[in-house]
Amino acid sequence: MLIDEMKYITPEISLLCFALLIVVVDLFVTRKGVLPILSVIGALVAAFFTVGLWGNGGISAFNNMIAIDQFGLFFKLLILASLVLVVMASNKYVLKFEKFQGEYYAVLMLSAIGLMLLVSAVNLITIYVSLELSSISLYALVSFLKDKASSEAGLKYLILGAVASAILLYGMALTFGLTGSTGLTAIADYFRTSSTASPLLLTGLVLIIAGFGFKIASVPFQLWVPDVYEGAPTPITAYLSVASKAAGFAVITRILMTAFGQPDWLHAEWAIIIAVLAALTMTVGNVTALVQTNIKRLFGYSSIAQAGYLMVGLAAMGMATQGNADIRSGIIFFLFSYTLTNLGAFIAIIAISNKIDSDQIADYTGMGKRSPLLAGALTLFLVSLTGLPPTAGLIAKIYIFNGAVDQGLLWLVVIAVINSVISAFYYFRVVKVMWMGEPASQDKVTSSWPEWTALAVCCIMVVIIGVAPGAFVGLTQAAVKMFGI
Amino acid sequence: MLDLIFYLLAVIALAASIAVIMVRDIFRAALCLIMLFMSVAGFFLLLHADFLAIVQVLIYVGAISILIIVAIMLTRDARHGLPLDNYKYWAGAVGLLLLIALAYGILNTTFTLPGTAPLEQTIQPIGQQLFGNGYVLPVEIAAVLLLSAILGAIAVLRDK
Repeated sequence: MLIDEMKYITPEISLLCFALLIVVVDLFVTRKGVLPILSVIGALVAAFFTVGLWGNGGISAFNNMIAIDQFGLFFKLLILASLVLVVMASNKYVLKFEKFQGEYYAVLMLSAIGLMLLVSAVNLITIYVSLELSSISLYALVSFLKDKASSEAGLKYLILGAVASAILLYGMALTFGLTGSTGLTAIADYFRTSSTASPLLLTGLVLIIAGFGFKIASVPFQLWVPDVYEGAPTPITAYLSVASKAAGFAVITRILMTAFGQPDWLHAEWAIIIAVLAALTMTVGNVTALVQTNIKRLFGYSSIAQAGYLMVGLAAMGMATQGNADIRSGIIFFLFSYTLTNLGAFIAIIAISNKIDSDQIADYTGMGKRSPLLAGALTLFLVSLTGLPPTAGLIAKIYIFNGAVDQGLLWLVVIAVINSVISAFYYFRVVKVMWMGEPASQDKVTSSWPEWTALAVCCIMVVIIGVAPGAFVGLTQAAVKMFGI
Repeated sequence: MLDLIFYLLAVIALAASIAVIMVRDIFRAALCLIMLFMSVAGFFLLLHADFLAIVQVLIYVGAISILIIVAIMLTRDARHGLPLDNYKYWAGAVGLLLLIALAYGILNTTFTLPGTAPLEQTIQPIGQQLFGNGYVLPVEIAAVLLLSAILGAIAVLRDK
């Protein structure tokens, strides 16, 4: 019965109720401070329901539209965690668009609902509709500042996103037309009984990878990243760079593993494509990041590079002929540590830009004297992004590269390590600017308690994962359980 | 007879789509696009997909073309010349590459048909699939999508 299956989407439904509640409350309440509190409560309630579903491993609901499995539930929790942190970090930033705070939080939550459905969807139609739900919300959020840069960013994101959607949809249509089904497990059944795929079906697969390549910002679909990251409101940039990217990787992992994971000749096909794209993505991201002067653009290119490292994991996953649970847990672990690190870095950037009202790296001069705590935190996150001890970034990189070497992708790992060295140049340039130069003004940079709390959570987690990764490795190993395989 | 209609529609569709990219005046290009949409609706009818044909006319010919024409009317100076003319050759190269890849794929693929006769009536089964136990979840997600689009559009377009 349909009504009995409603319990499987309680996290999304509860989040939707809170989003609607925020729109209504916004009409009547003049003290807008309650809105972020409501969205945090909404996210916590949704997280509570998600944890409640954890035991139901590996079933599907609504006529095979979504799966309830540890893989999806883990990513739902990750998306909710980044939603909470982004809301906390937005608390002062929203004053820039005073009139639309209710809409800001509501649309942010709606996009989180889209991402949560996306990571658990096991049917091409559900995948497409939830992808659009998250994307359309994000197009609006990117242009929320309504200045020239923000509107331009929104328009660029909208147009390029629409093109990517069209490519993805074409790929899905070809796949559906030739396999006769939109369900991922049914597509897998088709491949199990066929010894070869027609060229058109492989074209469909390539188009699907290309469509999601836009979402995860892989080369050659990364062109939107710098402008959108620069123009968007900074909390939205943070959200784009972690939640949207994590969901993109989750859904592409699920599609490739569930629908195109067997037989052996098939996953070797896409593994090679992704390996080449990974090498290009890392290199383009890191080399272009070297010459950036705006911190948000710098993080845009840095996030492209990080997507490249993750794609090394995806390629290794495709190379493995049997049992790649370890590689998958490596990808999940990397996404987990990257989410916390990058969000933390952006929260520090938001706190600093609230005070100095600039995103130029040159204006960060002497930040170590103006606010040692903020500068210290940002330094920690940059160290983690470079992949040095004692942080989460190091463990994540070792985990993912180790899996790739095991699968014979040594050449790719060599490129990745060279890229990590290149990345140290631009990450440490920011560190140097913050600690070495003389500050332009003696004003202390302070920030509000929600920002401090969010920042502290990220800092502590990044260090704990770096020093004692055992428990988190266990968690990500539990999270590899995927419906249908 | 059906073959004849198919080839007629194919010629119209090809001519219309070539006209869309070749015609200089963007307004006329939009009109050619409408012609293309109409011929696609004709293809759907040939394939016994009457519901799709109606939807194609209603949404593409009805709503989307009106949107395009209103957008052209509201945009100054957009009527003459395409702003993206500089990328003409790049776009041509990418398009040609895509054409070759797809043509290769289509020519080397054996298409299998399901073997069952097409449905006499399509509207009722589609409705039952959409709102019964089949596809009700995506339909509901689409409802949330519209809500999000409305909220976002209001917030972006209203005065600061």
